[in-house]
Amino acid sequence: MARGTITIDEKRCKGCELCTSVCPKNLIQMATYFSARGYRPAILVDPHAQCTGCMLCSTICPDVAITVYREMKSRKAQLVAA
Amino acid sequence: MLTDDMQVVYECPDALTDVITHYCPGCTHGVIHRLIAEVLDEMGIREKTIGVAPVGCSVFIYNYFDCDFAQAAHGRAPAMATGLKRVHPDRVVFTYQGDGDLAAIGTAEIIHAAARGENISVFFVNNAVYGMTGGQMAPTTLPGMKTTSSPTGRDVELAGFPLRVSELLAQMTGAAYVVRRSVHDPGNINKTKKAIRNALNVQLNQAGFSLVEILSSCPTNWGTSALDALKFVKEQMLPFYPLGDYKVADSAKSFIVG
Amino acid sequence: MKELWEGNQAIAEAALRAGLEAYFGYPITPQTELLEYLSRKMPELGRAFVQAESEIGTINMVYGAASGGARAMTSSSSPGISLMQEGISYIVGSEVPAVIVDMMRGGPGLGNIAPGQADYFQLTKGGGHGDYHPIVLAPWSVQEAVDLTIGAFDLAEKYRHVVILAADGNIGQMMEPVEMPAPRKIEKRDRGWELTGAINREHRLISSIYLQPEVLHKHNEKIQAKQRAIEQNQVRYHEFLMDDAEYAVIAFGTSARVAHTAITWARAKGIRVGLHRPISLYPFPYARVAEISKRVRAILVVEMNAGQMLEDVRLGVAERVPVSFYGVMGGRVPFPDEVLPEIEKLVNSVH
Repeated sequence: MARGTITIDEKRCKGCELCTSVCPKNLIQMATYFSARGYRPAILVDPHAQCTGCMLCSTICPDVAITVYREMKSRKAQLVAA
Repeated sequence: MLTDDMQVVYECPDALTDVITHYCPGCTHGVIHRLIAEVLDEMGIREKTIGVAPVGCSVFIYNYFDCDFAQAAHGRAPAMATGLKRVHPDRVVFTYQGDGDLAAIGTAEIIHAAARGENISVFFVNNAVYGMTGGQMAPTTLPGMKTTSSPTGRDVELAGFPLRVSELLAQMTGAAYVVRRSVHDPGNINKTKKAIRNALNVQLNQAGFSLVEILSSCPTNWGTSALDALKFVKEQMLPFYPLGDYKVADSAKSFIVG
Repeated sequence: MKELWEGNQAIAEAALRAGLEAYFGYPITPQTELLEYLSRKMPELGRAFVQAESEIGTINMVYGAASGGARAMTSSSSPGISLMQEGISYIVGSEVPAVIVDMMRGGPGLGNIAPGQADYFQLTKGGGHGDYHPIVLAPWSVQEAVDLTIGAFDLAEKYRHVVILAADGNIGQMMEPVEMPAPRKIEKRDRGWELTGAINREHRLISSIYLQPEVLHKHNEKIQAKQRAIEQNQVRYHEFLMDDAEYAVIAFGTSARVAHTAITWARAKGIRVGLHRPISLYPFPYARVAEISKRVRAILVVEMNAGQMLEDVRLGVAERVPVSFYGVMGGRVPFPDEVLPEIEKLVNSVH
């Protein structure tokens, strides 16, 4: 399975929690701290590198806070990324 | 964990500016904006697109798109878009309107834009309330639904019944593509994106008027969490506003992706 | 070479020759011939024409086309103009040039379709919300209506403002000999604000919303500066026998034509009376009226309303001399033999 990851931009995240509800592996939780904007941002908790970069979280994010990465091995994968 | 052999597969579309939206946390206006922007990028039409903003929560949509925008009087976006399209027929013109803007004060404008088969695309966001003004009953508020101006629940005896805009506009001969979608989960979000692309493709091929009604959430004014708001869309709104393609004219068929 | 033209159609033809690119209208007597004329001509010339769902749709289509940089116009009559007022406020608020023709008729309410001048206030004092005054020009003949129309688009674009041609059903419906000016070639150039698609440039916005009060205040100061510039540079009026006048009649449009005849009759009776005819209802010729009030003994204002321009005349006169009023309403047009006795009363009132 291709490995992937995400970054969540704390400047954009409003702590709405929608992404936490769609991650197939429940890898996104709400932080306990507050971001500079006063929201508890969503954070990726993926100690076992289970994230596959499936983009469900970025699909539902209303604030384009999530950037998704995926490990590129096969040539086809490169095309996807282009 | 980001390793160097990983590549970006999703990031903020170019058509969006980096301005953080004013929308409430979990409001799916943000999702719909993003979908439109993604489609503008994928079709390579951002530069020749002119948007028309409504009056309502999404009045500030022009801050979030890197394309020319006009801000129309409440309800009049389809008329303003008509004026723009008639003098710039080679530009892509779309309006983005809420249910108060389109289905209440702007009813005449949207019906006649469809009747004229105006070559514009309308993205109609139906969240069953007037958001900007603080959650009043809208033409699309469900029977029994509490709002600040139907505090004991919409009483159909007093306030009548909601408008089903897609079904209404599907009757117009000039309407080439009228569909209803929702953004209450990723699967439906992707279907909405296809519909947005279809609508813009219909316009690009001068096939006539296109409108995508998009069921959307309003956590703040519904008094729910963002997650529960999406549940409300799914469990309460969908039954009343069935998703589907309500009009795909022959003129549009060859520009539609299923 | 003069030809006979009906007012409405002459204005439509003049607009075409001034480079009209987009016309949007709605049927309402007494201006519909203008719409009908352009419904044939605009498509013939490959220019935009839409008969809208209402005057509200109409003015917002004008707003759209003009925001796209096109020379856009609409025409209507009093009730329709009332419906357009919100749109006009938006157009002025976003500094978009547009031309509007108002063939005034009897009011209030549905009133009737006969000529009237009771839109003076709603046109000159800014009929919609906010602080603004469209430029309002009042022709008294088909020729003058043509000449004002030809210049209206340049004027609107010069100030990025709204120009309203305020005539009445009389001028719209009658035929008069007209020297129709030659069509003018309009060179298209980007003026830096039009919405044309952000190709290799920053995206642009046409909007009238400014959330921060300080910012909206500054924006209003900019609009008020335009109003002052218009007041300084765009006052127009016409006078008849004013040089030696002891009395003055002040009237515009059709009322001024009627007064013109009454004045010639009064002159024949030895009364030294003249006509001051404002052509720009806004900017109103206050300074000139003030000058007149320093030279004449009394002033008569004649209007086809209950006394609207009368108030501006009084402002200019500042009580230096008596100002009397003769007004007819309901779509009535005064006759010279109604105005003559009013001039005579003026003379008697002073002695």
